[in-house]
Amino acid sequence: MKQLTIEASNALCQLQDAGRFGVRHLGVTQGGALDWVAMYWANWLLGNSLAAPVVEVALGGFCVVAQHDCVLALAGADLDARVDDQPVAPWRSFALGKGQRLALKQPRQGVRAYLAAPGGFRGEAVLGSCATVVREALGGTDGQGAALGEGQLLAFAGTPATLREVPDALRPRYHHKPVLDLVMGAQLGDFSGTSLYQAFNTDWTLDSRADRMGIRLLGPQLVYQGAPMISEGIPLGAVQVPPDGQPIVLLNDRQTIGGYPRLGALTPLALAQLAQCMPGAQVKFRAVVQDEAWREQQQYLGRWL
Amino acid sequence: MKLRIEVVAVDSLMVRLFERIDEANMPWILAASQCLRAAFGQHLLDLVPSYTTLMVHFDLPPAEARALIAQALDGLQPDAGSAGRRHEIPVWYHASVGPELPVLAARSGLTEGEVVRLHSEREYPVFALGFAPGFGFMGLVDERLASPRLSTPRKRVAAGSVGIAERQTAAYPAVSPGGWNLIGRTPVRLFDHEREGYSLLQPGDRVRFVAVTRDEFLALGGDVEAQG
Repeated sequence: MKQLTIEASNALCQLQDAGRFGVRHLGVTQGGALDWVAMYWANWLLGNSLAAPVVEVALGGFCVVAQHDCVLALAGADLDARVDDQPVAPWRSFALGKGQRLALKQPRQGVRAYLAAPGGFRGEAVLGSCATVVREALGGTDGQGAALGEGQLLAFAGTPATLREVPDALRPRYHHKPVLDLVMGAQLGDFSGTSLYQAFNTDWTLDSRADRMGIRLLGPQLVYQGAPMISEGIPLGAVQVPPDGQPIVLLNDRQTIGGYPRLGALTPLALAQLAQCMPGAQVKFRAVVQDEAWREQQQYLGRWL
Repeated sequence: MKLRIEVVAVDSLMVRLFERIDEANMPWILAASQCLRAAFGQHLLDLVPSYTTLMVHFDLPPAEARALIAQALDGLQPDAGSAGRRHEIPVWYHASVGPELPVLAARSGLTEGEVVRLHSEREYPVFALGFAPGFGFMGLVDERLASPRLSTPRKRVAAGSVGIAERQTAAYPAVSPGGWNLIGRTPVRLFDHEREGYSLLQPGDRVRFVAVTRDEFLALGGDVEAQG
């Protein structure tokens, strides 16, 4: 067993994995890494199972000291990571010697970085997952849903792998204005014609009102003309439109049922891209059909086979 | 019953069985739920029942999933026999833990005792769980008890609080923000991840609230802390 001591942390530094499944009918949310692609790569670098528990760090402010010589991996946002003041770029594994300090300071590109350890970080699996959901008091290192805190220990027990990088051609690019694929949902036709045009031809701006439940987008006011809805299950990535006409993309910690009309749902790849966008950034939606999106997802997953 | 299968996400379909909230929907939704679990087996990632719908989250090509749903629900019959478990949930109805009890009484011209009687004499089906782990949406309460949500939700509602919103009723499993009209509190633990099944209430269960005294509430482990 090896350990890291957390020297700096905040509410946005959390233990995450792929989240909880088979419990949504009980009102339990999914949780899990917002950028699953970066989580997969961080684990891949160490030969872990792709959804082994990782530390999700949003925006920086996280620092650990190694209690033993170890190998870790970093993927996702460039948060100006340093090992004892020497820069470490993401998308690679690296050695951290006993007593050395790894700090993730501030965003240079992207928002969320994923730190992995051999075999995955130890957490208390609750309902089949270590995913931290503060609101539901589930998951994390203690099982009670707390974010990582200063002074806590992060433990892992896997065997260190040879150092390696994610091949450049396979790394996700964090575009200035990403185009996000949106699987068209059944209520799409109940929005006004103008709203349909606007939905897919507007540069939507990410509001600062954003958390792991959802991200609000600012732009033209979309008008829903259908009948009032009765609450129903909400899939990951659903783009719901409350009465103020400003869409909200629902993320991993969303509520399980809700009654606002939806344009559809972003694809998993679009969600990974969105997770790396800062408030104030602009995004566009592109309408795709379900079958096409499914095929694209299967093809993308092929890179880890 | 006319069934529709709608796209909601890359790996999810919505099965729409009804257009309106009705207690009579529940045996159909439970039956459909069982058929879908059996048909999908390990390809089912999640199944989310609600008032009129079932959301199916799967790891199959969507066309296959759609065909499987249609096949599984062909000739569906309501599940009258196993229409959920029955629960009696003790509630201490009192203004100190249910600050809207006097408000509801005043609004409807009833005494507090009548509000309690009307709320506790019906058996309510659990339509869906949502909002928080173990939070069961139940109803419908007597029309005289129907009340709009608070215009400003409370930042902190105590665990066990029993409330009413429109014609629905529910108990908060854990401390959370909330906008329902609170009329009492239960000492029962509604969600516990160490218990089998995790949630006391499951979709399709039936619930009756039973009025208890403050002493009984305390003896059952109830906590009298004030609402935030």
